Amino acid sequence: MALLEVNDIHTYYGNIHALKGVSFEVDSGEIIALIGSNGAGKTTTLRTICGLMAPRDGSVLYDGEDISAARADTLVGKGISMVPEGRGVFAKLTVEENLDMGAFTRRDAGVKDDLKGAYELFPRLEERKRQVAGTLSGGEQQMLAIARALMAKPRLLLLDEPSMGLAPVLVDGVFDTVQRIANEGVTILLVEQNAHMALQIADRGYVLQSGEVAISDTAANLRENETVQKTYLGID
Amino acid sequence: MKMLRSETSRTVLSLGLLAGAFILFTGAVGMIAAFHEREVVDRFISLGQLLLMLAPFVAAYLGATRLDAQGVGAQAMLGGGIIVGLITAMPTVILLLFNSDEFRFLLDLTLKLIPFVVATVYARRLHKSGSDQRLIIGSWLAIVVLIGIVTFSFALIFEIKGDLRSVLPNISRDWVDVVTFDNRNELMTGIFALLLVSAGAGAAGGIVYNIPPVPRKALLYGLGVTLLVGAFGETVRLILQENVDRDTLKQIFRRDTLRQNPALLLFVVSTVAGYLWAMFGQQARYGFTNLEPSRRRAVNGVGMLIFAGLLLMLPWLIGRTLSDVAVTIGIFVLMGLGLNIAIGLAGLLDLGYVTNYAVGAYILAVLTSIGPLGRLDGVFTFWMVIPLALLAAMCAGFIFAVPVLRMRGDYLAIATLGFGEIIGKLAISDWLKPLIGGAQGVQAIPKPIFLGIELKNPEQLYYIVLAASLVTLFVSIRLNNSRTGRQWMAIREDEDVATAMGIDTARAKLLAFTLSAATGGVAGAIFAAKVGTVFPNSFTVFISINVLSLIIVGGIASNPGIVVGAVVLIGLPELLREFSDFRFLMYGALLVIMMIKRPQGFIPSKLVTHEIRAGVKAKPAVAD
Repeated sequence: MALLEVNDIHTYYGNIHALKGVSFEVDSGEIIALIGSNGAGKTTTLRTICGLMAPRDGSVLYDGEDISAARADTLVGKGISMVPEGRGVFAKLTVEENLDMGAFTRRDAGVKDDLKGAYELFPRLEERKRQVAGTLSGGEQQMLAIARALMAKPRLLLLDEPSMGLAPVLVDGVFDTVQRIANEGVTILLVEQNAHMALQIADRGYVLQSGEVAISDTAANLRENETVQKTYLGID
Repeated sequence: MKMLRSETSRTVLSLGLLAGAFILFTGAVGMIAAFHEREVVDRFISLGQLLLMLAPFVAAYLGATRLDAQGVGAQAMLGGGIIVGLITAMPTVILLLFNSDEFRFLLDLTLKLIPFVVATVYARRLHKSGSDQRLIIGSWLAIVVLIGIVTFSFALIFEIKGDLRSVLPNISRDWVDVVTFDNRNELMTGIFALLLVSAGAGAAGGIVYNIPPVPRKALLYGLGVTLLVGAFGETVRLILQENVDRDTLKQIFRRDTLRQNPALLLFVVSTVAGYLWAMFGQQARYGFTNLEPSRRRAVNGVGMLIFAGLLLMLPWLIGRTLSDVAVTIGIFVLMGLGLNIAIGLAGLLDLGYVTNYAVGAYILAVLTSIGPLGRLDGVFTFWMVIPLALLAAMCAGFIFAVPVLRMRGDYLAIATLGFGEIIGKLAISDWLKPLIGGAQGVQAIPKPIFLGIELKNPEQLYYIVLAASLVTLFVSIRLNNSRTGRQWMAIREDEDVATAMGIDTARAKLLAFTLSAATGGVAGAIFAAKVGTVFPNSFTVFISINVLSLIIVGGIASNPGIVVGAVVLIGLPELLREFSDFRFLMYGALLVIMMIKRPQGFIPSKLVTHEIRAGVKAKPAVAD
């Protein structure tokens, strides 16, 4: 059974019909890439899944449970964690305080160990744990946002444009990290404009176009797909 | 013309004109004449005269700072100071001339020349940019006519009325007296005196900048203390009155004014103290930080004890009048601490805080009044109603929070502003008149009784406010370091991300509004008991604005900042009552200056300092 099942969701911004029946599945342990150009509905899809927006029609099933009407904050406890677009670190809090916020819903004793784990994954953050997050570089802020999302011990990690605004050298690093996180057994749904990088680490991918799924295939096949190459990979 | 363009002369000119405009403005609104009424040192200098000297002094001092940065020598700074002083006096001198009978023709002439000058300057500019001849002539004529209508009518008014007071009512004889140093009848002597004083103050500014730092600090400290004591003579006398016998007091003060010899003594003593502090203060601080931690804690402890002792003894030290002011300050500290939960911790801009204040005040009034509206004679005492006022305010906070939970930022502010207005209207409405008395309000509210003693004096009420403030302070410190506090912090930073962290933002915001309201209710109840009557007029939007301002001026989310903010914004206006309307001018000026020069407030909280530093540094180096 799929961990996440999105069935024909329709989401509106006021009167604007943003998602016109999006459906896809994410299996446990997979990395799934949602690619598409600006305004295709990628972020809206993510926001609908994690409860920041409600679909007017259709359903979102997580682990067999319908979560389409659930409030965003309750989903964190169920194991869905999100790295928001533009990173969204708490600029005035220190790195460590940010990580603590990530574990907000948890009351178990494992938080300390997980903090250690986060610093092992990102040694850079340990060096700066007393520094205010707003003074970190863009790459470090992205690391922090990912580490913070992991502090909630998610089963499903939603990543919104992790490569946005980063220098090409750093983008490689971010995707490496995502791969490593997936290797530890976290299921990943990745929204990206950088289709080239996303399709290299993903197992399967969906191409969104004006609020609808246009193509769905394995990542390997998508890389070879003529339309995808022309439109999203810049290959003629 | 070339000389004017050099950076040095521009600095001198602009600072001088700025200070001159300040003097002219304060004169034109009547501040200088009003301030002249208050003598700083008996028969020596008044507050108005002090203002006249302070402006060129400060301008020259700032000028010297800038000239120093431009690499100008000490002598040139002195010269620059004198010129700044002369320029500062200029606008006032011109106004004096315009105001005098002999030189009124100058005003007439100026007014009549203005349109031609403006038009010609504009025409020249058109000419330079190569415009059409007809256009140039046309615009010249148009400008002359348009501006001429205004200036010629003014000239006519002045000719008929015979003086400037018809347009500038505060350019009065009193004003002339102050700025000419009592030479109203000898205008030239007066102008000369003004120029001399102004240039002297400017020169002093230039000189003071150039004396070595230690004596300079000492001198400025001594001057500052003496002038402050003099300016607040009434307050200082009230404090001394409690602790010094009448004869000594008479030797120090002539009514509310500091006498000359005590002033001189004070100046000498405070200068010496300032000198010692400047010499050894650094060392003392250094020694303190190098103490062993246990010793340092001991020193801190002693300091805290002294501070606590002072807080407890305050009413005896300052006497009745000032205790009354202290109670008012305390009521606002209470509200500041409460509102800070919503604004400082949770980032919810609540402009309707007066709601809670009003609810608390009316609950106490209705339940304890022994007047016609109190139907519950003696059933409820002050102490029983305080928790009720707290609960009622919390309910009000909760009820008003529900509809605005989904709103953010500006929208939230406007909605809460509306709630504040609703409460004001309800209080004065006919509908609630049988209950709370409409415009007449509720009268005859008894004072609290504690162990059989009626707490009717401000000295006694002070302790209630103090206790309530300490409890609130304790709670808000605990809240700040709690899980709830972290929730609020996350919401303040970014509501969406907070949700993504698993925070129930709706619940957290409700809690913030509700807890924030609680102290407002207590403050209102204490206010009602203190005043003894409750009128709808006491609960206007200005209460909300005042509380908000004192939080921002003191330092948002900073508890000591809120106390300082309340003392400055609530206490000072009470002490400056004799300056009536000018208080609000000064209040406004203070707010503007604070927001420009020190937006983080007097005592900023750690978080805000973070933010401001982050704002400077946070240029995410992409290729890091």
